[in-house]
Amino acid sequence: MAFRKCVLLRSSLAPMCYPGFMRTQPRFLHTVPRLSSQSQENGSSGSKVLVHFVNQSGVKSSVFVTEGETLLDVVIKKNIDISGFGACEGTLACSTCHLIFEESVYDKLEPMLDEEVDMLDLAYGLTKTSRLGCQVTVERWMDGMTVHVPQEIKDQRGKQEAVSSK
Amino acid sequence: MKMMTMVNLVRGSVMKIHGLSRVSLCVPAVCGVRGLSSTSGPKVCIVGGGPAGFYTAQQLLKARQEASVDIYEKLPVPFGLVRFGVAPDHPEVKNVINTFTQTAQHERCSFHGNVNVGKDVTIDELRQAYHAVVLSYGAEGNRSMGIPGEGLAGVFSAKDFVGWYNGLPSNKELHPDLGCETAVILGQGNVALDVARILLAPLDMLKETDITQNALEALAGSKVRRVLIVGRRGPLQIACTIKELREMVNLPNTRADMLSDDFKGIAEALKDLPRPRKRLTELMMKAVKEKGDDKVEKCWGFRFFRSPVEVLAGADGKRATGIRLALNKLEGSGESVRAEPTGQLEDVGCGLIISSIGYKSIPIDPAVPFDPRKAIVPNEMGRVQDTAGLYCSGWVKRGPTGVIATTMNDSFDTARAIIQDMEAGKLDVSVSKPGAPAITALLQKRDVRTVLFPQWEKINAEEEKRGKSLGKPREKLLDVDKMLKIAWS
Repeated sequence: MAFRKCVLLRSSLAPMCYPGFMRTQPRFLHTVPRLSSQSQENGSSGSKVLVHFVNQSGVKSSVFVTEGETLLDVVIKKNIDISGFGACEGTLACSTCHLIFEESVYDKLEPMLDEEVDMLDLAYGLTKTSRLGCQVTVERWMDGMTVHVPQEIKDQRGKQEAVSSK
Repeated sequence: MKMMTMVNLVRGSVMKIHGLSRVSLCVPAVCGVRGLSSTSGPKVCIVGGGPAGFYTAQQLLKARQEASVDIYEKLPVPFGLVRFGVAPDHPEVKNVINTFTQTAQHERCSFHGNVNVGKDVTIDELRQAYHAVVLSYGAEGNRSMGIPGEGLAGVFSAKDFVGWYNGLPSNKELHPDLGCETAVILGQGNVALDVARILLAPLDMLKETDITQNALEALAGSKVRRVLIVGRRGPLQIACTIKELREMVNLPNTRADMLSDDFKGIAEALKDLPRPRKRLTELMMKAVKEKGDDKVEKCWGFRFFRSPVEVLAGADGKRATGIRLALNKLEGSGESVRAEPTGQLEDVGCGLIISSIGYKSIPIDPAVPFDPRKAIVPNEMGRVQDTAGLYCSGWVKRGPTGVIATTMNDSFDTARAIIQDMEAGKLDVSVSKPGAPAITALLQKRDVRTVLFPQWEKINAEEEKRGKSLGKPREKLLDVDKMLKIAWS
């Protein structure tokens, strides 16, 4: 499949693709080939996992997702309404796929590589249970989990009026 | 980088599904054909076709199903600093172009390139034609060091140097002389590190990027072997982020050359630092310790506690041969640590000096309030001060700092303010406004012809075609005239 070939080639290019460059490969190199081996269009392989997303306005979307996809892929494919999600398209060059997990889920996620922490640390509204969605692969045990993004500040205008009335 | 292009295309098509279904809920039969019917929805005009402009447009289109957005851009080509600022070896950062392209192709959005707002059309004329006007024109000037000798040959602003290797038409005649051994960069933000990295990166890596061919040739003949990146305060105040520092530390065929004296007391301070600062500082300390093999010819290093006071000229008085730095000590604590001169001076011999101390916005129209001290348009949450119907987003709103994601959030905030004002009646969208046809008519009278998005796509195709024969994703056109010729062919 053309997509699989693309991403396997991509995997040798990594964000820093100097010749002879030797370091631990970032997460997406392991997850993307698995993604392409799941036939997500047919939905026949991989079990369905229920995930709840809460967006910046507090709106909740509940979707069934396939094991092996990254949470970035899920947001895109399932059309979850989260503003500006995944700007760099999963290449560890931004922090816009930032998701906040429940502590019990966060503790069971695979540890972060340096490259993820580097970008995560720039994310708006960072918490102790934050991860980048493009680096987290859906697994069966995540069934029923809720992830959310930082809530937007409500009613800025109200705040302003309070200030100006001083 | 064919592989990158292929992956970007695949990624782009995945993003397309995402973006399109989110944004186009408008029923075509009701809205009518774009530009022909008198669409009664709110009409918004955005000045500037970079990330701020596109992200503001995106959010407006999504939030109001009857709103239409027109983006005006000075150059024939869109995308602003994503095209002209992001380093050539950071192609992933440029993936945002895919989502911007979708926005430009949205049926309620149109892009108008080759329009110089402030010169070809005024802000007042735009305000008459649209319900709301958003200033998203960024920062095209730069902060000067304000020291003697700044105008000597061999001294450049980072903005111009970056513009040069990224093909910004106004920088194509820069011709920086790379025949010296040492280059000194003033400033220690991500732009400074980008410049250092491009100066020292192996050509093998650069030649497969979209760096301009003339920059590539100049770098191939470069004698620069040592790059010093100078900051007025200490290691704990450095402005760059860890990803960029990591790239310098891992740069092949180079070694780090730091002064351990600059790091006195830093190890002890580590434990109290928040994680991002702590990790950044730890990586720097590692680079100080692992000095690397002296036999490695190329080196780079930070120099702290130093402020430029004069550029020194050679015998002919025309060309920079060195820079005089004042040594500082730090006063104060926490966020308000500042540099105070000690009275000591230090001269560094160098033939290339790049000042990377900040971009700067400029006023483009006398009708728009402008704060010359902060060099931004004064505003509250994106609403321009004392000027109903005028908004701003991006660097012109909050100053020239931050990455694309910062500008994205900022632009979403401005869009939200506009929507709020529409819903509260502060913006009267019931009155009919002519929109783009009125402006196009004005421009035609003034002999200004615009570049529409499909015409940019012709320029894009030509650049990709030229790049292909060179093994690069694109070879950028450097001449506005050439761009226009192809756009209108």
